[in-house]
Amino acid sequence: MATVADLIIKIEKRLGTAVTCQIINEQLLVDVAISDLLRVAKFLRDDNALRFSQLIDVCGVDFLHYGLSDWATDSSSSEGFSRGVGPGQYVAEEDIDFPARFAVVYQLLSIKYNHRLRLRCFAPGDTPRVPSVVDLWPAANWYEREAFDLYGILFDGHPDLRRLLTDYGFVGHPFRKDFPLIGEVEMRFDATEQRVVYEPVSIKPRTLVPKVIKHVGHNE
Amino acid sequence: MAEIQSYSINFGPQHPAAHGVLRLILEMDGETVVHADPHIGLLHRATEKLAESKPYNQSIGYMDRLDYVSMMCNEHAYVMAIEKLLGVEPPKRAQYIRTMFDEVTRILNHLLWLGAHGLDIGAMTMFLYCFREREDLMDAYEAVSGARMHATYYRPGGVYRDLPNQMPQYKEGKFRKKGKAQRLNKNRQGSLLDFLEDFTQRFPKCVDEYETLLTDNRIWKQRTVDIGVVSPERAIALGFTGPMLRGSGVEWDLRKKQPYAAYDEVSFKIPVGKNGDCYDRYLVRVAELRQSNEIIKQCITWLRANPGPVAVDDHKIIPPARAVMKDKMESLIHHFKLFTEGYVVPPGEVYAAVEQPKGEFGIYLISDGANKPYRVKIRAAGFAHLSAFAEMVKGHMLADVVAMIGTQDIVFGEIDR
Repeated sequence: MATVADLIIKIEKRLGTAVTCQIINEQLLVDVAISDLLRVAKFLRDDNALRFSQLIDVCGVDFLHYGLSDWATDSSSSEGFSRGVGPGQYVAEEDIDFPARFAVVYQLLSIKYNHRLRLRCFAPGDTPRVPSVVDLWPAANWYEREAFDLYGILFDGHPDLRRLLTDYGFVGHPFRKDFPLIGEVEMRFDATEQRVVYEPVSIKPRTLVPKVIKHVGHNE
Repeated sequence: MAEIQSYSINFGPQHPAAHGVLRLILEMDGETVVHADPHIGLLHRATEKLAESKPYNQSIGYMDRLDYVSMMCNEHAYVMAIEKLLGVEPPKRAQYIRTMFDEVTRILNHLLWLGAHGLDIGAMTMFLYCFREREDLMDAYEAVSGARMHATYYRPGGVYRDLPNQMPQYKEGKFRKKGKAQRLNKNRQGSLLDFLEDFTQRFPKCVDEYETLLTDNRIWKQRTVDIGVVSPERAIALGFTGPMLRGSGVEWDLRKKQPYAAYDEVSFKIPVGKNGDCYDRYLVRVAELRQSNEIIKQCITWLRANPGPVAVDDHKIIPPARAVMKDKMESLIHHFKLFTEGYVVPPGEVYAAVEQPKGEFGIYLISDGANKPYRVKIRAAGFAHLSAFAEMVKGHMLADVVAMIGTQDIVFGEIDR
């Protein structure tokens, strides 16, 4: 297994400024712009020194609440749990800027050289559009349908972009960070109407464990 | 005579051969499948979103419930991802215990697959044989974790506790006479390792039994040979992993190629198929049963010789012992913080994959420095396999659809997540 650093050299030599490589936890993350995605992906698959012949995974990521915590203070107080700011409200710990709210992440594997690579592509807007890689890796078909279903990311050129995991007739994209964990509708069988009916949820969202962000060294 | 038009039939979602809740819309031309459209998601529980709303450790139990026949392997990928982010290395004994239980899990999974696949295409006895052996391994699960299936045994930094020195025993009672209890307890006199060793000695004979029933069986071969052939190039392009890829002749196994836990210290072979049909995938899985048995043997020998800690000595991520907690203030605080707030994982992202019995099971984890994961993506092997179902089944007969579902080793817990 070649080292990640060797891999970066190979990729940067051939792709130059089209990609930004970084090593996170000894794994290679390559950022690419939407306009370059198909070209870079095709290159990674076909180049003789890389041969990323297998697409392991495609997933969407929503960075809306990244770095936001629902714990209002760092210091201890006598107020206990009430320091939490409440469900659905967040406090920014620090400003983290992402190029866009949504990203699509591709996990690639080269069986020939035993490499892994993670390709990330930020997609701007509330209904982001990304070119589909189905023509390069047929495995992308369902993964892209899943990302469309759960995040509302549109894949241009996908042959059959239908919902995959959610219910028939589902409204919304449930894995977006602003979609409530309890959902929007609940379902029950109505004995008088003799059919299943959908109603707005009757339960309230609640936070069991508040999200706490601590900085390095705080755990010590 | 009127010309027969192609027609659509609905298969599932409640069908005993669908291995869960698979709904297939099959477009048929006579008895031949022209097009298949699998509808999934009937078991969708949004595990990934749930995991994003809880501290890290509270989601380990959800991992068991993904692929609910290879429980501990799923946990393994999840705790490995957390360990990589935390920068924690579990002690060697924990690595060996994980390796051993991963292989126990592989046997459990392949036995269920063999039994159910056999049942689907007409070999009833297999089901009974396979479940007989599964029972012993379930008991091993229970002895070590307290649960027969959903163990939640692996923890970031090690495993929940060391292997028990004594196997639980059957008691005599109203429905079990003394003689029967004694007979059942015969191999439960020693520790869990003794019990497993006894199993590994018996097991190769059992695999021989399965093979005499199936490998040269004419009916079995008629149902599986040349059914669902996938070429190696196509298998790679379709994202196949595990026995589905090896059945097509690609020698790829993460345990060998990208070793984790103690797999680089045990010796075993990667069985590969030749033709990429259902029969070859059957042979690969049966050969894996034998290899797993060998790995368990090696782990037992090592674990016997090397006692030691099974979890890191860091009470920020592993709870202190209960006895200590009762009279040490600091331990009490650690315990309280760990079980109310959890631990904080440094910001970053990681992808950790294990060779689960069905293929590559990966966890892509993004942390923003909080006590909950920011994003968890579960890469399930069955998802990629089922997405290629339409292609595999095209041009086959309706009866082969069932053989194809069986050969893919589909479990809906992991596909729908």
